[in-house]
Amino acid sequence: MTAPLNPRNAVVIAVLALLALLPVYCALAGNTFLLSLFTRIVILALAAVSLNLMMGFGGMVSFGHAVYLGIGGYVVGILAKEGVGSGFVQWPLALAVCGVFALAVGVLSLRTRGVYFIMITLAFAQMAYYVAGGLERYGGDDGLTINKRSAFGGAIDLANRTQFYYLCLALLLATVYLVWRLVNSRFGLVIQGVRSNERRMRAIGFPILRYKLVCFVISGVICGLAGVLLANHTHFISPAIMHWTRSGDLIVMAVLGGMGSVAGPVIGAVALLVLEEALSRVTEYWPIILGPLILLVVLYARGGIDAILARLGRG
Amino acid sequence: MAEPLLRVERLTKRFGGVVASDDITLDVEPCELHAIIGPNGAGKTTLIGQLAGEIAPDAGCIRFDGHEITALRTDRRSARGLARSFQVTSLFLDFTALDNVALAVQAHAGHSFLFWRDARGDPALRDPARAALARVGLGARADMVVSEMSHGEHRLLELAMALATGPRLLLLDEPMAGLGPEESARVVTLLRTLKQEVAILLIEHDMEAVFALADRITVLFYGRIIASGPPDAIRRDAEVRKAYLGGQATGSRDG
Repeated sequence: MTAPLNPRNAVVIAVLALLALLPVYCALAGNTFLLSLFTRIVILALAAVSLNLMMGFGGMVSFGHAVYLGIGGYVVGILAKEGVGSGFVQWPLALAVCGVFALAVGVLSLRTRGVYFIMITLAFAQMAYYVAGGLERYGGDDGLTINKRSAFGGAIDLANRTQFYYLCLALLLATVYLVWRLVNSRFGLVIQGVRSNERRMRAIGFPILRYKLVCFVISGVICGLAGVLLANHTHFISPAIMHWTRSGDLIVMAVLGGMGSVAGPVIGAVALLVLEEALSRVTEYWPIILGPLILLVVLYARGGIDAILARLGRG
Repeated sequence: MAEPLLRVERLTKRFGGVVASDDITLDVEPCELHAIIGPNGAGKTTLIGQLAGEIAPDAGCIRFDGHEITALRTDRRSARGLARSFQVTSLFLDFTALDNVALAVQAHAGHSFLFWRDARGDPALRDPARAALARVGLGARADMVVSEMSHGEHRLLELAMALATGPRLLLLDEPMAGLGPEESARVVTLLRTLKQEVAILLIEHDMEAVFALADRITVLFYGRIIASGPPDAIRRDAEVRKAYLGGQATGSRDG
C-alpha cells in the first residue's frame, strides 16, 4: 500500500531498531540508567496506545486513563505484599479488575459526551486516587514497595533487566499490531464511525452504546497491563500514579505523536519522555521549553509528529 | 383491508408553545410514494425525526409493519427496515464513499463484534455497497474521501446509504435540496424505479419532482395536515393554493 521508504516509515523503523538494540548498547557501555529510562518509555507508550484506541479512534477523550496504571499496579503490589508472588495469578487478576472497573465507569459515563464525559472519567480517577491514599495497610499516600517482581516459574526472569525490557517491548509491539488489526476490523470501523458521526451511526442501525463500552473496556485492560509492568519496573506503587496530571501526560503523548495512527502514540511517548529527560539536564526550567514545543506541534500539525512525517513523505 | 406498512395516528409534538406536529394521521402503503409538502417551518423534518426515532412524540402512535414502534430506539427501527436520509447532509466525512455505504451494509449484516478480519477487504460488505453506489450513479467515485466530494454527490451518497440498509420504507428528507437540474433529474428517475421495490415517504420542495413522482401528497401547514390526496386533487385544492402553492403548482422549480 505505502511506499516502503518514505520518511514516516523510516522513522518508525529507526525507532524500532533503536528500541530493539538498546539493551545491547547498554550492556556494552554499562549504562543501566538508559535501559531503565527506556523500559519506562516503552511501558508508558503501551499506556498511550491504549488511550489512543478510545480517544483517537473512538472519539472518547478520557481524562482519567492513568487510573488503570494504578489499578494494575496496586493489584500486583497488594498481592505481592500478601504473599502471592506468581505472575500467573497477579497479571490475569490485575487485568480482570481493570476490566470490571472500566465496565462500571463506562456504563455510567458513556451516555454523556464531550466535556461531561471528560469530567466523569476524571472524577472516577480522582476517586480511585483518594481511595488508594486511604489504604493504610498498603502504604496510604506514601505508597507501597514491591519487594519482588512477578514470578513466572522458569519461563522468564523479570528480575533480569534485559529480559524484562524485552518482555515490555514485545508486549508493546504485540499490542500495536493487535490494535492495528482491531481498528481495521468491523468493530474498528464501528468505533471510528461513532467518532465521526454518532447520529448517523444510529440512523443506519447501530446500537452504538455497546460498541463504545467494549472499546472502553479493551482500552482500560490494555492500560492495566501497562500498570502491571510499571509496578514491576519501579518496584513501587503509590496513588501518585493515578493523579490527573499523569492522565494528562498520556493525552499529550497521544496528541504529540498523532492520534490518527496506531503507532503515533509510541512516537509521542518516546519524543516526550526523551525530550523531558534531555531538557531537564540542560535546565531545571525545562517545562518552559517543552511546553511551547508541544504547543507548536498541536497548533501547526494536527495529527502530530506522525502527520508531519507523512507530509514530508508526500513532498 | 390489510394494515398499511406505516401508520401514524394522531401524532403530536410541541416545542414550548410551538406545535410542530398537530394531530397528524397518515399512512404509507407498500410500494407507495407518499410526499409531504409544506412551507418552511411546517414541521416536516420534525415529523421525519419522530418516525425515525430521534424525537419522542408527546402523543399519538406510530405503527410499522403491524407493530407499534412509537417507543422503539432509532437503531431498532433501522433493523426493522426503516431508513432515513438527512436534510442537512450527515455523513462520515473522513471516510471514503465506499466506506460510508459499507458501514450502512455492515449495520444490517449481524453484530460487529468482529475484531480481527480486515473489514475493508470483506466482499460481503463491499459488494452490496458498490452496488448501492452504482445505483445512485456514484460507482466511479467509490474510493473518494467524502469531504472532497461535491454537495450534489453528498446528496446522492445520502440516498445510497439509506438504500444500503435494505429498507422497506425510505424516509427521504429533501433529497434534491441544492441539486442542479441534471442531478435532480437523475434522482427523480432513481426514485421512480425505487418505488417499485420500497415504500417512500418523501419530503421535498421541488414541486415538479413531487407532482411527477407522488402517488399521494399530504400538505402540512404549521404542523397540521390541511390536505391529503392524489396529486391532481392537491393541485386543485383551494386551501392548499392559498396556503402554499401559489402559482407554482403548475411546475416551476424550487419552491
